Amino acid sequence: MTGYQEMLTDPSYAGQIVVPTYPLIGNYGTSEHAVESNRIQVRGFVVREECSQPNHYLSRQTVHEYLAQSGIPGIYGVDTRAITRKLRSYGVMMGMITSNKTPEQALAELKTLPDYGTIDFVRQVSTPTPYEWEPDLSAECRHHIVVLDCGLKYNILRILRRHGCRVTAVPCTMKPEEILSLGPSGILLSPGPGDPELLDYIVETVRGLVGKRPIMGICLGNQLIARAFGAKTFKLKFGHRGGNHPVRDLATGRIHITAQNHGYAIDPDTLKDGLEVTQINLNDGTVEGLQHKELPIFCIQYHSEASPGPLDNTYLFNKFLEMVREGSEFETL
Amino acid sequence: MKPSKVLIIGSGPIVIGQAAEFDYAGTQACKAMREEGVISVLVNSNPATIMTDEDIADIVYIEPLTVEMLTRIIERERPDGILPTLGGQTGLNLAVELADGGVLDKYNVKSLGTPIETIRKAEDRELFKQLLLNIGQPVPPSATVNTPKQARKVVEGLGLPVVIRPAYTLGGTGGGLATTWEELERMVSTGLAASPIKQVLVERSLVGWKEIEYEVMRDSADNCITVCNMENIDPMGVHTGDSIVVAPSQTLTDKEYQMLRTASLEIIRALGVEGGCNIQFALDPKSDSYYVIEVNPRVSRSSALASKATGYPIARVAAKIAVGRRLDEIPNQVTGKTMASFEPALDYVVVKVPRWPFDKFASADRVIGTQMKATGEVMAIDRSFEAALQKAIRSLEFGKRSLLWEDPMWERGKDISHYPLEPNDLRLWAIMAALRRGITPEEIAAHTGIDLWFIDKLQNIVTMERRLLSETLTPELLRQAKRLGFSDEQIGTLADRLPEQVRQLRHEWNIRPVYKMVDTCAAEFDAATPYFYSTYEAENEAEPLKGDKAVVIGSGPIRIGQGIEFDYCSVHSAWALQEAGYKSIMVNSNPETVSTDFDTSDRLYFEALDEESLRDILENEAQDNNAPPSIVQFGGQTAINLAGPLTKSGMPLLGSSAEAIDLAEDRRRFEHFLSVLGIPQPPGAGVTSVDQALNIAQLIGYPVLVRPSYVLGGQAMEIVHNASELARYMNLAMELDTGHPVLIDKYLQGKEVEVDAIGDGETVLIPGIMEHIERAGVHSGDSMAVYPGVNLTDEEVATIVDYTIRIGLALKIKGLMNIQFVILPSSSGSSVYVLEVNPRASRTVPFLSKVTGVPMVKVATKVMLGKSLKEQGYHSGLWPKQKLIAVKAPVFSMSKLLGVDTYLGPEMKSTGEVMGIDRTFDAALAKALLASGLMLPPQGAILFSIADRDKPEALPIIRKFSELGYKLYATEGTAAMIEAARLPVKRITKKLSEGHPNVIDIIQNGTVDGVVNTITGGQVPLRDGFHIRRAAAEKHIPCFTSLDAIRATVEVLASGSRSYTALPLPERRKESP
Repeated sequence: MTGYQEMLTDPSYAGQIVVPTYPLIGNYGTSEHAVESNRIQVRGFVVREECSQPNHYLSRQTVHEYLAQSGIPGIYGVDTRAITRKLRSYGVMMGMITSNKTPEQALAELKTLPDYGTIDFVRQVSTPTPYEWEPDLSAECRHHIVVLDCGLKYNILRILRRHGCRVTAVPCTMKPEEILSLGPSGILLSPGPGDPELLDYIVETVRGLVGKRPIMGICLGNQLIARAFGAKTFKLKFGHRGGNHPVRDLATGRIHITAQNHGYAIDPDTLKDGLEVTQINLNDGTVEGLQHKELPIFCIQYHSEASPGPLDNTYLFNKFLEMVREGSEFETL
Repeated sequence: MKPSKVLIIGSGPIVIGQAAEFDYAGTQACKAMREEGVISVLVNSNPATIMTDEDIADIVYIEPLTVEMLTRIIERERPDGILPTLGGQTGLNLAVELADGGVLDKYNVKSLGTPIETIRKAEDRELFKQLLLNIGQPVPPSATVNTPKQARKVVEGLGLPVVIRPAYTLGGTGGGLATTWEELERMVSTGLAASPIKQVLVERSLVGWKEIEYEVMRDSADNCITVCNMENIDPMGVHTGDSIVVAPSQTLTDKEYQMLRTASLEIIRALGVEGGCNIQFALDPKSDSYYVIEVNPRVSRSSALASKATGYPIARVAAKIAVGRRLDEIPNQVTGKTMASFEPALDYVVVKVPRWPFDKFASADRVIGTQMKATGEVMAIDRSFEAALQKAIRSLEFGKRSLLWEDPMWERGKDISHYPLEPNDLRLWAIMAALRRGITPEEIAAHTGIDLWFIDKLQNIVTMERRLLSETLTPELLRQAKRLGFSDEQIGTLADRLPEQVRQLRHEWNIRPVYKMVDTCAAEFDAATPYFYSTYEAENEAEPLKGDKAVVIGSGPIRIGQGIEFDYCSVHSAWALQEAGYKSIMVNSNPETVSTDFDTSDRLYFEALDEESLRDILENEAQDNNAPPSIVQFGGQTAINLAGPLTKSGMPLLGSSAEAIDLAEDRRRFEHFLSVLGIPQPPGAGVTSVDQALNIAQLIGYPVLVRPSYVLGGQAMEIVHNASELARYMNLAMELDTGHPVLIDKYLQGKEVEVDAIGDGETVLIPGIMEHIERAGVHSGDSMAVYPGVNLTDEEVATIVDYTIRIGLALKIKGLMNIQFVILPSSSGSSVYVLEVNPRASRTVPFLSKVTGVPMVKVATKVMLGKSLKEQGYHSGLWPKQKLIAVKAPVFSMSKLLGVDTYLGPEMKSTGEVMGIDRTFDAALAKALLASGLMLPPQGAILFSIADRDKPEALPIIRKFSELGYKLYATEGTAAMIEAARLPVKRITKKLSEGHPNVIDIIQNGTVDGVVNTITGGQVPLRDGFHIRRAAAEKHIPCFTSLDAIRATVEVLASGSRSYTALPLPERRKESP
């Protein structure tokens, strides 16, 4: 119901037309405080009502102005609940926003376009060059975390930075030895868009990193780790979206409310080589978290970095940094 | 460990700050206990509740909610657990008292769910503040004080203005915003008086900050979720119960939303709540600073609203948590697939608007602050804020007062100061008027502190008004207006058409509402909830229900004169339909109630109860062009008023016809009807001039009962004793309204009696007769009534039964009716007159159903479906008298309504009722007095101030008090009379203006424990009398204005009433032959 600007700039939505279920969008405008990447990532935005008179002390632009500035089409006034119900029944599908085509023409054209599921969006959204997040040369950082950018959200970097880490984001195409040469004490595999089956080159990278440094994976990062250990992924009918998904921690029985945005899931029956399911989705039982029995590797399918969504799971970054600390102690021994 | 038997304490009578939401909560709790296999023992003094039905709780006690009575019930029932958090503040306080008194320990009763310790921490301001500071949550700078002097000292540090909040009170009773030292002094004094622990909090004022609430759940395994958040449109400074509230929040960013959500979870964890909890925050509109304002460690009005707004049944889940369930073990009934450990997603906007009683109390102080004044509320759902708001306003049922309404005083308002924009019940309309005259949204936002976002939305409505006024009505324009929530009537007014013409146009252009589902998950999962709201969009999700079905029209917001009783009736009608194999469709706009629980009926439409929305719903439910029939008898005046319009538009009714209803309600037709039957009614006539009035009154004799036939706000009924009073009344009435006649009836000062009856056209069943304790002249809703009549002769009863049957047959009543009689006894045989006939379920139906065991609503509903009374096993005449005595007593909320005179008269003032039930009249009355807060202590001092006319009648009563050892205080004239009777009395010589100690002082300083004050007649209230009555209300001591009531009371006191018994309701009836 909140968080539309974070959604618009979330690289995991690259190549998608997004339909928020909440009808009023843009109430508090847009600002530089709610961006999660360097541009709007969605290809189109469909809302019931766009707010032309937002009011918030941080607001700079309306959603309309914000989209228009980047040339991203949006449409308002449509029955978004009816669309949601269609998506629920028929699954995620290709779509088009048009002002000059009949539905038949649009459909014909859609059929000629490459299917969303066949495109590697990760390569498109990843940073072309490595960069350090808010470098602070005066401070002495205890840990250096390298984040493999498959479509990361800035809030991952912000949280790590707030924990006193030096944080470097690197392109998804970077080779393992290059990554290790940066001297990381831990590696984070970021979320990102699309089908993990298309990302063999990153899976290879992950294999090269396993066992070398503590690794945390988020969302797509979760699937990449699973694939690196030989597991398979499959497409969900309409995916998990939104900030209200309950996840059960199998060890403690505790329920965590999580923010989710993914269209693919890990097939638990194909897991092997020491990876264990630690968390599952309470609604459909799909895999929500994995941990390696021996190696300092864990990953989650949801967005512990929130933004948008509940902040309940930021504790996982502490868990990761604890792992990193233990790892570095081990190294100094 | 799961308990086997659990005590649930209800919230007692409906008062401002504690209404139907706790019947909803308690009913859900009882159902949850049944699902869990736990026996429920329910105690409540309020008979007009679903929770006190014998098939809801396993064991039902309708008894006063006192520690003593609860102790006796615990002793008898030996529950092993108690649920303290479902009965509102009343239930919570009693549970704490039972714990403190060692009762729970003594009988080994475990407090379930939220621990008592947590309740104490949340309720005690100082403990709570410390706890928040310990976990790093910000609280407004404040201090708790126990004396006005301490308060002054604190405020010297904080600076004015400050907020005063008494500890442990409902709806902020006695609190307020103090901007001057005088206000501080006064509010601290009243606050201390209102607080059971004599403690108030003095706090930095955050006026103008956003007020945001979160509903949070936690289970014993420490799983926490938030159900939803809500934003008060009125910023800080207005009680949330008096605020217009929107869910979810509209003006918060995700960061702000999550910041407060995280704070909520930290707080509920630190408190250790196991169940539901409401947390209120103040958020700075210009930064991310916030303060925690309040926590309610229990289900509340807000949680009822949140449940209805989201579909998440908070009370039910809280009850299950209390008996050990975890959130992830409780299924979400809405989806059937997911669990209670999730957070609802809303794909609509919910607006709640309070219903204030100022239409009834014209003299009341209409300013809204931290002390709640609303008696009820409405909720509306739509896909835009504008539409949800406009639907909510329609749901208030203020007749013609849509958002277009304006006070004529505002017409010349060129600048902002002309509009009453300080918080008050008309502020929304004043803002609309100001916008219409070009005052900018920015100015209004700055002036009121209301977020500009909301004012801009109101401006959108004003812009559409202008378009409708100036443009040609096109399909596009009409559709846009409907999407902004304009009713056909509003559109008609603006576009110069009749509402019916607008409707025709809509149908021509195929502009009809669709109905969307409230499913907790924004359509993510396929849900089966039968819970719908209307909107103007593309897809309709409510396909007509298949098979036999009927629509039950509910009673809308709780207001004075139309309370929870009608929700009780609506719910039972829905259940009776189901029992008879019909699908029940409920329509209502009140989020507090059991009727708007989505599993009460087969389908729920959460909609305004007006002609337009009903016809739309009926058309939507029509199959082969046949609309289902509607039941209009159970939703009070709201529903019965729809009988005519629905019939006119060709929609079928179940039960008595619109014609029968009109005959009973149209005064002139009814007069003729009765005279044809040969049944007497008090003589009277309608008059249009002072002279006419004086002539008529001369003819029929004083005193007379006068009332305008067309009731303007607050222009009340009065009993007039002489020509000069009548002239004054008539002049006033003529001034206010020249077109309509004033009705003058002979005021018969006799015994008032009422019956509820069920007719099927051939048989008329009278479940019981109730006799009023006060003589005629006090509104039946405000008078104490006893079942069965205790002072009625066989002959009188026979006459009443005869008249009832004849009227029922002649009116062709199918279903319920209520008749009020007045009996003038005389040596030659008394005369029985009919005062009025209501062709619908009355306020007393739940009372009588419970007392007699006749399931009146069920029987009546089946009659309407065609099953005759005979087929149901009933015969004409009076149902056998039970061997029990039950007394119904009214309950008032006067301490919260400044400026309202508390004397009882023909205009109803009470907000709720209680029942006292026992084997003897004295015991039953004692219980009713206890439960309604009217019981006097066994020893103490009473102040008498009696009108001259009543003095002879009052003397024996006063003498009795004196004999019983009470100290007597009296005002000048009354004291003289008492002295003349040689009784000891303390004379209060000083009038209010004559210094101290005066009559108000001895009330305020606790010298007297009760007040007896009769009014001098007419409406020129002796100023002192008014102040005496107000002082008693604010001091929370009993104040009697009727000699009949105080006479009965003193007799109870004399009888040593403590001999009453504690018995479950059905066993009481079993004692009957």
